[in-house]
Amino acid sequence: MKPKIEAANQEAATRILKARPTLVDIATAGEAIPGMKKNMILHAGPPVSWERMCGPMRGAVIGGLLLEGLAKGREDAEALAASGDILFEPCHHHSAVGPMAGVVTWSMPVWVLENKAFGNRAYCTLNEGLGKVLRYGAFSQEVISRLKWMGEDLAPILREALSKHGEIDMKTMIAQALQMGDEGHNRNRAGTSLFIRELAPALVLLDRDRERIAEVFAFIHGNDHFFLNLTMPSCKCTVDPAANIQGSSVIVTMARNGTEFGIRVSGLGDRWFTGPASRVEGLYFPGYSDEDAAPDIGDSVITETAGIGGFAMAAAPAIVKFVGGAPKDAIHFTKQMYEITVTENDVYQIPMLDFRGTPTAIDLIKVVETGILPAVNTGIAHKEPGVGMVGAGLVRPPEKCFRDALAAFVEKYAD
Amino acid sequence: MDAKKINKLFEEELVVINMGLDVFGDNLKKEQVKVLSMNWKPPAGGNKKLISFLEKLER
Repeated sequence: MKPKIEAANQEAATRILKARPTLVDIATAGEAIPGMKKNMILHAGPPVSWERMCGPMRGAVIGGLLLEGLAKGREDAEALAASGDILFEPCHHHSAVGPMAGVVTWSMPVWVLENKAFGNRAYCTLNEGLGKVLRYGAFSQEVISRLKWMGEDLAPILREALSKHGEIDMKTMIAQALQMGDEGHNRNRAGTSLFIRELAPALVLLDRDRERIAEVFAFIHGNDHFFLNLTMPSCKCTVDPAANIQGSSVIVTMARNGTEFGIRVSGLGDRWFTGPASRVEGLYFPGYSDEDAAPDIGDSVITETAGIGGFAMAAAPAIVKFVGGAPKDAIHFTKQMYEITVTENDVYQIPMLDFRGTPTAIDLIKVVETGILPAVNTGIAHKEPGVGMVGAGLVRPPEKCFRDALAAFVEKYAD
Repeated sequence: MDAKKINKLFEEELVVINMGLDVFGDNLKKEQVKVLSMNWKPPAGGNKKLISFLEKLER
């Protein structure tokens, strides 16, 4: 059995390494995302009903319904969400990923990424910034107005600029960002800068009001996490071709809905294995503490699944000012992740480790055998709907989902 | 290795790398011997059910 598993895992790892994530377009979720419906709300993590959703996800759902004009206020939105008329499905079931609550509704603009090596696509909304934002559960008028501006101004302007510029090779850009001190999950300052530098010549040539174009520059400049919503779908379309390989124990999905952490394993098809969402250890914004925090939430752990994020922390020692700890911890996390992965990335490299490739393709068997859980960087949402982001930190998934997955793997494959 | 070299080894300060359970090194530590314990845990944290799963996949 072992040689067959190893061969299957090599195939999964090879597919991940061969990926060529490329930014090809911006469209609305309704236009682009397969299976999207007007009464559907996509969310982060494994499947979850309205009744079991955590506070920030409920807040984001309320905001999504307000944005779409399907509800007039909070009570109205909550009644509609509970009525059964709204379909809730994971982003991951629609080739999409969403940070934190991960809420995607019909009219929201999404990045369209294509893996040029395999032809599959992935989708993600545009990043709103930090603080009071929908993905952290805030839904005030300020949040809804910003989302409307993103749909009416930001996305069309960026789309036109992208069309003028042509497709953008995200793999090269992420590789550069890692060498400039990003890890692609909780530190995206370099990536955001590289992206706006790439698109700037096309942006300034648009036949549009210059004030509007300046607003686009200012918005991206003011949001160091803008690039996160590009690394995420890049990672999603990178990992997806590694799914459904017979006999492979490579983990192809990790995602959290704030209630549960879920994983999917290549050789076990679409089945989710879940455990209770963990508490995040981190640093809090002034006025907040761990008593205010919601449990771990979001699809952004797709970055770690693809071998960046927490797995590339050694590339981003400055991140500890945001998530806590010391630079040596950042190096330690990355080194530890080599113990639970199949291969090392040939493009994503870490200067601090003599340009060693990032640990890539998490092996379920190695996770259980070593007891080393994947290291994840993350943001922290307030536990109540309507507040927003309160901090950032580090989290390890619950052991239960890996143990349950191993039991299922043995049941399916052991002689 | 000849006896001379072995005897010389015992004349030097003993430095031990402990590979395994930490308790293996505890008696030496009590005798003021420098012991460096390797970061080691039993497979699957010693969980017998998980170890049996891992063994099935090893075959």
